[in-house]
Amino acid sequence: MAATREAVLEHWNQPSFWQRLTVADGLWALLVIAGSGYAYWFYQPYMDRYEVAIQFGATLALIGWGRYWPPARAFTLAVAALTVLALWRYGANYELRKSAFLLKYLLESQAAFMWMSTLYVLATVTYFVALFSRSEFIGKTAAALTWSATVMGMTGLLVRWRESYLLGADIGHIPVSNLYEVFVLFALITALLYLFYEDRHRTRAMGGFALLAISGAVAFLLWYAFGRQAYYIQPLIPALQSYWMKIHVPANFIGYGAFALAAMLGVAYLLRVGAEAHHPDGVLARVLPPAELLDDVMYKAIALGFAAFTIATILGALWAAEAWGGYWSWDPKETWALIVWLNYAAWLHLRLTKGWRGAPMAWWAVIGLFVTLFAFLGVNMFLSGLHSYGSL
Amino acid sequence: MNETTLCKPLRRRTLGWVLLEFFGSMNLAITLLVVVAIASVIGTVLQQNQSYPDYILKFGPFWFAAFNQIGLYDVYGTGWFIAILAFLILSTSVCLYQQAPGMLREMTRFRTSVQIDSLRGFHQQAEWWLPDHDSRTVQADITSAFRGFGYRWRIQDHGDHQVIAVMKGRYNRMGYLLTHAAVVTIGVGGLLDGNLWLKLKEWRGELAVETRDLSAREAPPISRLAPGAIPTFRGNVRLPEGSAANFVFLRVRDGFLVQELPFAIELKEFQVAYYDTGQPKSYTSEVLIHDQEYLGDQPLAATIRVNHPLVYRGYAIYQSDFGDGGSKLELKAWPLTTARAEPVAAKGEVGGVIKVGGPTAGALSLELDDFRLFNLLPEPNAQPGDRQFRNFGPSISFKLRDAVGAAREYLNYMAPVQIDGRWFYLSGVRAQPGAPFSYLHIPVDANNSPERFLRFNARLHDASGLRKLLALPAAGGDPDFQRDLNQVRLNLVELFAQGGFMAITEKAKAVVPAERLQEATALYLNLLRETLAEVFVAVLREEGVSVEQELGERENAFFNDALSALAARPAYGSPFYLQLTGFQQVEASGLQVTYSSGAVVVYAGFALLIVGVFLMFYTSFRRLWAWLAVEDGAVRLILAGTGNRRPAEFAREFAALQTALERRLGSPLSPPPSLSPADTLKEAH
Ligand code: HEM
Repeated sequence: MAATREAVLEHWNQPSFWQRLTVADGLWALLVIAGSGYAYWFYQPYMDRYEVAIQFGATLALIGWGRYWPPARAFTLAVAALTVLALWRYGANYELRKSAFLLKYLLESQAAFMWMSTLYVLATVTYFVALFSRSEFIGKTAAALTWSATVMGMTGLLVRWRESYLLGADIGHIPVSNLYEVFVLFALITALLYLFYEDRHRTRAMGGFALLAISGAVAFLLWYAFGRQAYYIQPLIPALQSYWMKIHVPANFIGYGAFALAAMLGVAYLLRVGAEAHHPDGVLARVLPPAELLDDVMYKAIALGFAAFTIATILGALWAAEAWGGYWSWDPKETWALIVWLNYAAWLHLRLTKGWRGAPMAWWAVIGLFVTLFAFLGVNMFLSGLHSYGSL
Repeated sequence: MNETTLCKPLRRRTLGWVLLEFFGSMNLAITLLVVVAIASVIGTVLQQNQSYPDYILKFGPFWFAAFNQIGLYDVYGTGWFIAILAFLILSTSVCLYQQAPGMLREMTRFRTSVQIDSLRGFHQQAEWWLPDHDSRTVQADITSAFRGFGYRWRIQDHGDHQVIAVMKGRYNRMGYLLTHAAVVTIGVGGLLDGNLWLKLKEWRGELAVETRDLSAREAPPISRLAPGAIPTFRGNVRLPEGSAANFVFLRVRDGFLVQELPFAIELKEFQVAYYDTGQPKSYTSEVLIHDQEYLGDQPLAATIRVNHPLVYRGYAIYQSDFGDGGSKLELKAWPLTTARAEPVAAKGEVGGVIKVGGPTAGALSLELDDFRLFNLLPEPNAQPGDRQFRNFGPSISFKLRDAVGAAREYLNYMAPVQIDGRWFYLSGVRAQPGAPFSYLHIPVDANNSPERFLRFNARLHDASGLRKLLALPAAGGDPDFQRDLNQVRLNLVELFAQGGFMAITEKAKAVVPAERLQEATALYLNLLRETLAEVFVAVLREEGVSVEQELGERENAFFNDALSALAARPAYGSPFYLQLTGFQQVEASGLQVTYSSGAVVVYAGFALLIVGVFLMFYTSFRRLWAWLAVEDGAVRLILAGTGNRRPAEFAREFAALQTALERRLGSPLSPPPSLSPADTLKEAH
């Protein structure tokens, strides 16, 4: 052989982490650092040292996220551009939201959430059309709609964050403080998780199902906004004035989002196996994603959800230790978080140690969504406890 | 995964073996996970640790006792619940005990003795037949490829063949150990912080829960815990401004215990700050810690806020709630059921009781429960969800208890409230705790006071005054008819003053035949209304209001509102209206003090859990083997491997490795293994 040992070695050696970094990666990191630095310079007077640490962590996470999953970069840049535009248009005048065209019809948080809602519902329909028509173009459109909806929603949240400061320096807070705001967060996170799996598994066949869960959330959001006038920015009650909220709530919603996604994939799985058994030549059996894929992604989503939920519950316990005098009080919300967690622990054990697959696990994932939904919503609606600020 | 099987059987079938087998079984573990989840639901559906009388009210005596028997009012502290938690911990420990040695062995040992057939059975495998190679260079090529992929390996010479055993991702197994060790650690820490210590002391007869209504000082020694008597507690104390305490109350079932502290907490000041919207912004206690032993004569000053506790000597002190610390109140009691129109002035203190000589037999006791400076409430006519709030100003709440012990609860606002453009003094009443208040709306007079209404009301109870007022004959009428009519009017007013409109309709039902009832009732009501208007005009005259012409719009509205209030008065139940005329607020801060020795253990468990879960999910344990033999001057190489997680990724990794080797060694014999997800998924376990 002509090749030298060295040449062969060089080929075999997988490039190290540092070698694999590209110029784009470097640019990305610089951009994130610059943006975060600007935000720090701007908001530093409002932050305590824990919040500075959280911002630092978030900056690293964003750099890592963009590196791990390149579409996240374009997403972040789009959100950042729109947010900066809105902030620039607002200046220091909150009342402009009612008069400035750009704000009133596009970027004011409420307007942005309406765009988000509309686009998600359109995306849901489009994904299903793509599924049945098997059209690549329509599929791409559906994905673009989902991305746009997510950009609008995320922009809305960031703008709302700023709006809360415009309302009063002492009122300013991260918009994850009530059911209305976290429902937006839920829709966004579920969409991002789905888009990630869509990208990694190179299939859009799961889209309609994932987006169905999001459309459900959107329906609730609209009812809550218009039926209950829930969209006002409210100042934080003392119990919520803590940096823990910034990490506890988002971590929780990664969990909820992942579980919701898993449940919807469970539904698709059951439809698929049902179709295969009863109408093997029917249209469903032809267009639905393969059962193995659904099963695999369902597992991945539950694993991710479980990991995030573990962190979220632990953060919640640490927060409780600081706010309520004990890391565990058997408060209904806490207890339901434990129930959700135990439920998925049991699911994971059955799958991993007993090797259970297929319909029973899919059913369980679907039921898991109801357990999760109760922890997320039912507790606030039906039970009273220390978490009562989230009540409807 | 084919290497580790669940909880391997031990050698002998002893009792210990049977127990280990039972507790380590996966079925038990999954069952317990689900059972704990289901049992936990109970305590979220039934509100925990409420007062026992509330439960009796809710369930009735029989079910109250039954539920109490199985501890439903404090589910998470009952023996049976703790027992299932303990079982889960035990089961996890046993599983860990059984698995750990195997996992550790797996992490450290290269499997250098493998059979060629089992390698050929792997999904990920490739075989080369290399006539013009020698085994040394092939081996060097393979190991350098392994190095490139970051594998660790060991070479074993078996004489006729060599095995290069490879491992990567040992941390995945570590993840299992950490996760399950974390569950045990958190469980043990949690149990340490639970109520076991109290239960133990109670069981040994060293401690008894006090169920009488005693102050901390009065509690007997058997209900007291010295500092350090138990390693963990969570207690509360309510401190009025300017007072101090060196104890907290532990609520246990329907009673309490007194936990003494090795220091005293003095509340200097309690403050509530508000946003511009009127919602509370912060609750702050300025405290001094007095601790002769540690601080000498110099107390430690500190500020405690929600989310910002003070940790002192391992005791954490939290802002938990607040209330009244004995505000001084100036009150006026206006009689409602007698002819007397002057109020009785009284002074009281929140938390105190005033004896009231009632007009009926037996004294009433007036229990002053609470004073509030602000009452931020939804707008009276707001749609649900409107989020419009108004500050209704200071209020007092009190109970009126009769000689038998039955009580009604009242809530009176100090300042008048505007509703539909008119102003009222509001007084709420309810006979059941927790029921919504129904409000008496007392219209406000020209002096911004309830006086006019109260004088009007008093006149209705003044039979002789009424007789005089109504006796004026109408000019030119029939005197007999006039007398009878006046008597009817007097009776109507008396009936109305006792029982409202209901009393009139009841009376009509009793005396008028059914066919004329409607007509007669209307007649009575009209007559009553006219009569009351006469009385009202007299009240106005007395006040000096000119009533020569028609009543003004304001007086008319007042009259209508007064009638509604009078009609509601009988249901109000109190013989007087208690007006708050002055106050000096004394606030009290509710502090929670905790001591938790299990927290360190639990937090350590948290750290283990997070690390463990991520290692378990996001690293994968991989083993590969290269089997090398020289046969007929050629080298036979078999490469095979398996990963315990993410089969698709492992398949890709294996393919990359194989490609790398192909460049050096040429194509393998067998076609590359299928990469379809169906295949790779099955292989994972
Ligand atoms: C609250 C209790 C427990 C929790 C939270 C927990 C958590 C977990 C998690 C998250 C996994 C990983 C599942 C996956 O990768 O998909 C796992 C795996 C496993 N668990 Fe548990 N577990 C608990 C109790 C137990 C008990 C009691 C047993 C023993 C009977 C057990 C035995 C196992 C085994 C054998 C595995 C598979 C390990 C492997 O080969 O990778 N676990 N556990």
